[in-house]
Amino acid sequence: MQFLKNNMLADKSISEIARAFRDKEFSSEDLVKECLANIEKYNPQINAFITKIDKDIVLSEARQKDRQGFAGKSLLFGIPYVLKDSYVTRGIMTTAASNVLKNYLPQYDATVYCKLKETGAILLGKMNMDAWGHGGSSENTDFSPVHNPWDLTRVAGGSSGGPAAAIAARMCLFAIGEDTGGSIRNPAAWCNITGLKVSYGRVSRYGCIAYASSFDTVGPMAKSAEDCAIILETIAGHDMYDGTSSKNEVPRYSQKLATPIKNVTVGMPEEFFQKGLDREIKKAIETAVEKLQKLGVKSKVISLPMIEYGIPVYYLIGPSETSSNLARYDGIRYGETRSNFTGETMRRIMIGTYALSAGYYDAYYKKAQKARTLFIREYEKALNECDVILMPVNPTPPTKIGELINDPVQNLLADIYTVSQNPVGVPSLAIPCGFTKSGLPIGMQLVGKMFAEEKLLQVGYAYQQMNSWHNQKPKLTP
Amino acid sequence: MKVAVIKIVTSSIIKHIAQLANLDLSDEELKSMSPQFSSILNLVSKIKKLDTTNVSETSQVTGQENVFREDEVDSKRILTQEEALSNAKNKHNGYFVVDAIFEE
Repeated sequence: MQFLKNNMLADKSISEIARAFRDKEFSSEDLVKECLANIEKYNPQINAFITKIDKDIVLSEARQKDRQGFAGKSLLFGIPYVLKDSYVTRGIMTTAASNVLKNYLPQYDATVYCKLKETGAILLGKMNMDAWGHGGSSENTDFSPVHNPWDLTRVAGGSSGGPAAAIAARMCLFAIGEDTGGSIRNPAAWCNITGLKVSYGRVSRYGCIAYASSFDTVGPMAKSAEDCAIILETIAGHDMYDGTSSKNEVPRYSQKLATPIKNVTVGMPEEFFQKGLDREIKKAIETAVEKLQKLGVKSKVISLPMIEYGIPVYYLIGPSETSSNLARYDGIRYGETRSNFTGETMRRIMIGTYALSAGYYDAYYKKAQKARTLFIREYEKALNECDVILMPVNPTPPTKIGELINDPVQNLLADIYTVSQNPVGVPSLAIPCGFTKSGLPIGMQLVGKMFAEEKLLQVGYAYQQMNSWHNQKPKLTP
Repeated sequence: MKVAVIKIVTSSIIKHIAQLANLDLSDEELKSMSPQFSSILNLVSKIKKLDTTNVSETSQVTGQENVFREDEVDSKRILTQEEALSNAKNKHNGYFVVDAIFEE
C-alpha cells in the first residue's frame, strides 16, 4: 500500500514555497507536476473537481513562471490553486454544480480570478460543491458527491467541499471558496484545513454566482492561517464592479501575524457548548482553549441566547434572496431550463418565494429582517465583552454520504453554528483543533468584529505555531 | 430543535408558490414537496415567537449607503453581440428567441 507521501512539496507553506522558488530548490513546474499527479491518483475517489484545466496548459504556465523568475514577485506567483465552481471564468466551463449551467461558458472573469491571474497564481480547476451553495455536505450536486479524504464513506462538508478536499489531498496549495452560511468553514473543519469567512464587503463578489447576495462572501481556504493571510491581502479590496465592496484599507495581514496575543480575550458562548454538540468536538475545543491560555489568552464564558433563532433567520432570508437571484435562470440567454434544479434547490426557491409572497411577507421575510437587527446587536454586545468569540463549526463529525441529503430538515440543522455570522456580516476563521478517536477532523471557529480579520489570523497563527493539527494529512491510497 | 407541528401546507398553496417561482413541478414532485415544505416551514416559523417590537429591519450590512458611479460607458465590460449570444440555444438574426407573451 502506498500512502500519500510524507514529504511532499505541497505540504509546505506558501511562504516556504516562494522562498524555495527564489532559491531554485524546486520550480513551479515541479510543484504543479506533483499536484497534477495527486489529482490523477486521488481525485477519482474524492471527486473534488468538476472541471480540470488541461495539463499542457497548466504545465506551460508553470514553465513560463519559472522562466520569468521570482524576484520581486508576489508570494503567490507560480502557486497552483483552485476555484469553487461558483466563480465565472472566461471560456472555462462554470456550473455552480448545477445541470442548469452544465454547458455554460462565461464571457467574463470574476474579480477574484482576475486578481489571482495578475498575481501569477496558476488555476488548476473548478471545484465541486453544493449546487448554488445550497447545502452543507457537497451532496446537493449534479456532479456526484465529494468524498472526504479522511474517510471516503463520509461527506467533505459544504458547500465548498471540493476546494477543501483538494487542499487536504494536496491537489493544490489553496482555494477560493464562498461562504453564505458556513460554506467555507464547514468543509474546512471536516477536511482539516483552514478557511476564512471574511467580513461582508471585504472581498469583491463580482463574478461570483449569487446565492444570497446580502450574506455571500468570497474567502481563502488553505492549510494554515498564515497562508490565508497571504491570499487575503491579494484578493481583498474595493472593486468598482461590486457596489457592496468596502473602501476600508486592506492591511498587510501577513506582516503582523506574529503579534503576541497575550492580551486577547476569548469569549465562549455557553449556548454553543450545550446539547446537540458532539462530546469529542466539545472536548477538543476545550483543550484548544487551554492551549491558548498558555499563550496568555484570557477566556470567559459569554452568552449568545439568540442562537436558537439563527436557523430561522438564515433559512428565511437566504432562500428569499436565492429565489430572487435564481429567477434569472430561464434557459434563454444561457443555461438549461428550470426543471434542471435539484430538489434541495427547488425547496429553497419555494420557501423563499413563500416568505416573500403577498400575505406572508410581514410574518416571515420582514420578521426575519427584524431578527437580523437583533442578531447584529447581540454580536456587538458579545464582541464588546471579548475580542474573539470561539465556537464549534459543526455539531458532529462528518456524516456518512446519504445521511443529510435524504433528510431535508437535518440538512439545514447541520449549519447551526455557522449560519448566524453571515446575517451579521462578521468574519470567522475556521481552524483544525484535533481529531475524533476514529480519526475524523475537528475544527473550531474564531469570530471577530467587522473587519477584524487581522486579529483572527493572529490568534489562528499563534495557535498553529504550537499545534500541528493543521499539518496532518489523510492516508490515501491510489 | 423541536417545534410544534403546524398545519400541513395544502397542495393548492404549493401549486401557487411553484407558479410564482416559475417552477414547473410534476404531480409527483408536488406530492413530495408538500410534506418537506411543511416541515421546513415549521422549523422557520419558530421566528414568530421572537419579540421584535420597535425593531427596524436590516437588509444589508455594508455600512454604506447610496453607492453611485458615473453614468459612463465602460468599454471593458461590453460584450460583442456574438459574445452575448454565445451561450443561447435559440437565436435568430443576432437576437435571442423567446416565447411569445401575448397571443395574436
